[in-house]
Amino acid sequence: MFNRLLTICAATLLLAACETASMDSNEVVGSSSEASSGSDAAASASSNTSSSSSSSSASSGSGSASADAMPSPDELLAKVGSTVYFDYDQSTLTSEAQATLDRQAAFLKANPSVRIVIEGHCDERGTREYNLALGDRRASAARDYLVAKGVNASRLTTISYGKERPEIGGSNETSWALNRRAMSKIN
Amino acid sequence: MLKIYFLIWFVIAQLLSNLAIAQTTRIEITDGQVERIPIAIADFTGPDGIVSAEGRQISKIISDDLQNSGLFETVDSAAFIDPPSSPDITPNFANWGPLGVEGLIVGSAYFDSDNVLQIEFKLWDVVTQKPLTEGGGNADPAGLRRIAHKIADFVYVEFTGDKKYFDTKIVYISESGPQEKRIKRLAIMDQDGHNHRFLTSGKDLVLTPRFSPTAHEIAYLNYFNDEPNIYLFEVGTGRTEKLGSFPGMTFAPRFHPDGNKLIMSLAKDGSSNIFEMDLISRSTRQLTQTLHIDTAPSYSPDGEKIVFESDRDGGRQQLFIMDKNGGNVKRISYNNGRYATPVWSPRGDVIAFTKMLNGEFYIGIMKIDGTAERLLARGFLVEAPTWAPNGRVLMYYKQDRFEEDGTGGKTRLYKIDITGFNEAIVNTPADASDPAWSPLLGSNP
Repeated sequence: MFNRLLTICAATLLLAACETASMDSNEVVGSSSEASSGSDAAASASSNTSSSSSSSSASSGSGSASADAMPSPDELLAKVGSTVYFDYDQSTLTSEAQATLDRQAAFLKANPSVRIVIEGHCDERGTREYNLALGDRRASAARDYLVAKGVNASRLTTISYGKERPEIGGSNETSWALNRRAMSKIN
Repeated sequence: MLKIYFLIWFVIAQLLSNLAIAQTTRIEITDGQVERIPIAIADFTGPDGIVSAEGRQISKIISDDLQNSGLFETVDSAAFIDPPSSPDITPNFANWGPLGVEGLIVGSAYFDSDNVLQIEFKLWDVVTQKPLTEGGGNADPAGLRRIAHKIADFVYVEFTGDKKYFDTKIVYISESGPQEKRIKRLAIMDQDGHNHRFLTSGKDLVLTPRFSPTAHEIAYLNYFNDEPNIYLFEVGTGRTEKLGSFPGMTFAPRFHPDGNKLIMSLAKDGSSNIFEMDLISRSTRQLTQTLHIDTAPSYSPDGEKIVFESDRDGGRQQLFIMDKNGGNVKRISYNNGRYATPVWSPRGDVIAFTKMLNGEFYIGIMKIDGTAERLLARGFLVEAPTWAPNGRVLMYYKQDRFEEDGTGGKTRLYKIDITGFNEAIVNTPADASDPAWSPLLGSNP
């Protein structure tokens, strides 16, 4: 019962966070000052890391309405980074992705009651069935890394959405890089 | 609901057509060029010999089927002089020769006192001035369109020598809403876009529907409760059923030609392998064992072989054929690019596929040994070919690029004659993807 309530709250918060994140990344796309960081996949991914941290600041902004509230697990997860990014048709974890997952593993150890679901996603540049399989491969890669870092596998589930749930719309390299991802969510 | 008493009539028609078929003109096809067969379709008449409303509707359905196939040119009825007032009357061929038509369809159609549609038709060869085929039947009002499609099928078979396909349905995914929260619904319609209806509400994400060989059931991927799994949808009742319980996601379903088995992929721990399920005993059997991605399996029409895609060979999607028990795996695609979504033709001789090369997507066909590759359609994103039951027409979907200003991204169904001729949009009420063509409908859809 409480878990369900928590999930609903979490979903609402995440939704808010996602909206902020996608707005931020749109700003990144449009802003020339950010363009110096490059537009390849890795750079886009790193630009989104900054946007996910800004989304956590957005969450804490909304939290300021109830200033003395403890940060929720979702907020904590957002703070350590809930999303890792992949190269085209790859499920190999980049060093940046590994660093994010190291922080997720630490967060999970510090919060032993938390369970997470890892969503695997792809960009639109592949066929539907293959992308469903590739999304599973990405989510599994993230899960396996967390398990190798000592997180009990029973706390982790995976789901693939293939190319069905992009983080942001658009048919360009920036969008595609942000959509090739594994996202951890509080279950 | 639909009562068609075509059987006896059509047996007669078949005899007639067998007698006459040697006299008909066959289409010569070279390099995707088709010479359309000019044909006249008189508006069907009532018992009084005067054109009836239902007769006009039936003639229009026949005309649209033949015209849209790309193989016929229907002559505007405004050019007709003195069309016969009944299929029993021999036309005055002096009036039809000058129009340049090779065929003339004359018929009667009306609702009798019990509100049953009574239909007769006769197809004339205008050149030899002899009847090619004739038939008749009846239906309740809801069966009007199907009867018309059946007549169009007879004309198509008579003149092209190919098998029929107009009396069929399409199941597909209707799409709406923004990319990030796309709403997807199962929808079904006649092959010409009529009788459209939604089968699911859009609450759950659904993908990749496929018809059973009887068209009574649809297998599809359903994200009910955020647990992606293959489900069966019973078209007549709307009943849905989850197919088994697996330790991972099942996806990419296709029926065995005998309808008693289903083939699919199971994704688990990052690997996807191919499984076969016996739909009667519900037992499953693993056919491939890899750490790679094996998916999109499709049976040969005789059920002896399976074509599928895999990235097992160098990490790029390619097409492979194996025996039905999983043995004797052979790669068949060797040209440049990635190959995906293979679908075995109902004729058995070729395989349709999606190809990705240099940032573009293509629909193509190749022989089952991988030779004679021909690309038929291309675009920013084109995928998911499905065969008409006659193996002559392919349907697939195309998605346009989403532009920076938020426009674009149109997603539409298309069909094409496999000569590469006559690519045409299939009209749907909203964006559409993942089409699946039904087999020929039986007498009891």
